[in-house]
Amino acid sequence: MNALEMIEQPHLVARPAMRSGDTVKVHVKVREGDKERIQVFEGLVIGQHRGGVRATFTVRKVSFGQGVERIFPLHSPTIDKIEVVRSAKVRRAKLYYLRDLRGKAARMKEKKRT
Amino acid sequence: MVTGIIGRKLGMTQIFLPDGTAVPATVIKAGPCVVVQAKTAATDGYEAVQLGLVDAVQADANKPTQGHFKKAGVPPTRITREVKVKAGGDAVKAGDPVLVSMFNAGDRVDVIANGRGKGFQGVVRRHGFAGGAATHGSMFHRAPGSIGASSYPSRVIKGMRAAGRMGGKRITTLNLKVVSIDADQNLLVVRGAVPGAPNGVVLVRQAIAKKKDPVPQVEKAKKGKK
Repeated sequence: MNALEMIEQPHLVARPAMRSGDTVKVHVKVREGDKERIQVFEGLVIGQHRGGVRATFTVRKVSFGQGVERIFPLHSPTIDKIEVVRSAKVRRAKLYYLRDLRGKAARMKEKKRT
Repeated sequence: MVTGIIGRKLGMTQIFLPDGTAVPATVIKAGPCVVVQAKTAATDGYEAVQLGLVDAVQADANKPTQGHFKKAGVPPTRITREVKVKAGGDAVKAGDPVLVSMFNAGDRVDVIANGRGKGFQGVVRRHGFAGGAATHGSMFHRAPGSIGASSYPSRVIKGMRAAGRMGGKRITTLNLKVVSIDADQNLLVVRGAVPGAPNGVVLVRQAIAKKKDPVPQVEKAKKGKK
């Protein structure tokens, strides 16, 4: 283990194995004044950016007909937990083409769980 | 008291605070160093020490350099730097170790290193000239423009900014905050970026003009009903 990894090690959080095409529920801690509550952001993972503690993932959902994307730092302490709801069969790592598709065209085929 | 230490920049990462703020951080392998020569006001006119960075590889020193290190009773090091000595604390003598534990989390430090060389660059990149318009029929893009008058003075004024070698010079970044230290592994983590490429030699010293930590403005509680 090199020195950089050693510095990052205590900041890494155990997260479920995800990949592009997975539908996830991200439980985000939201602070309002001095109260804290959990907000769930559910959507499709359309890309992941690796890199130790700097890793991020992008979740896309369509909210009231408006596409919304959120980039989360994977190891951020503001993320309470991540649930993988279902996995779709996809053939590429970055699903940016979904941005141009809507409705029926943006459906995905479910992957058989192993 | 020795005010600085030599290290090597290892690279950058980020560290999360409990509230989710990501702090950009540079990891420096600082030291271990040894005092090669202690300079005193009596002999040298000022108080300082010459430090040597103890590396895995020993230096290929010539005879005069070997003698210089022999005086301190330490094996020759490839990298030496001079840092000032502050009054107070024990007197430093040649052969003393200088370790990263001299700093604590929250301290302010300055980091000095040679920046990355950028090669031969034009005036737009090197001096921040505005350049011309790219389109609308403009035929003036990234050229320096006029560099002076004609028959008088019939020469270019000295110091005229022009294209040339950029970067690779000594740069000091002031007032970086120490995020954490690891005394066992000789690691120093500072907030923000540090000049130079990974594995480059950096000198970390106590900040000469310490800046106070920013205090966030607190909104006053509103009177009356909400």
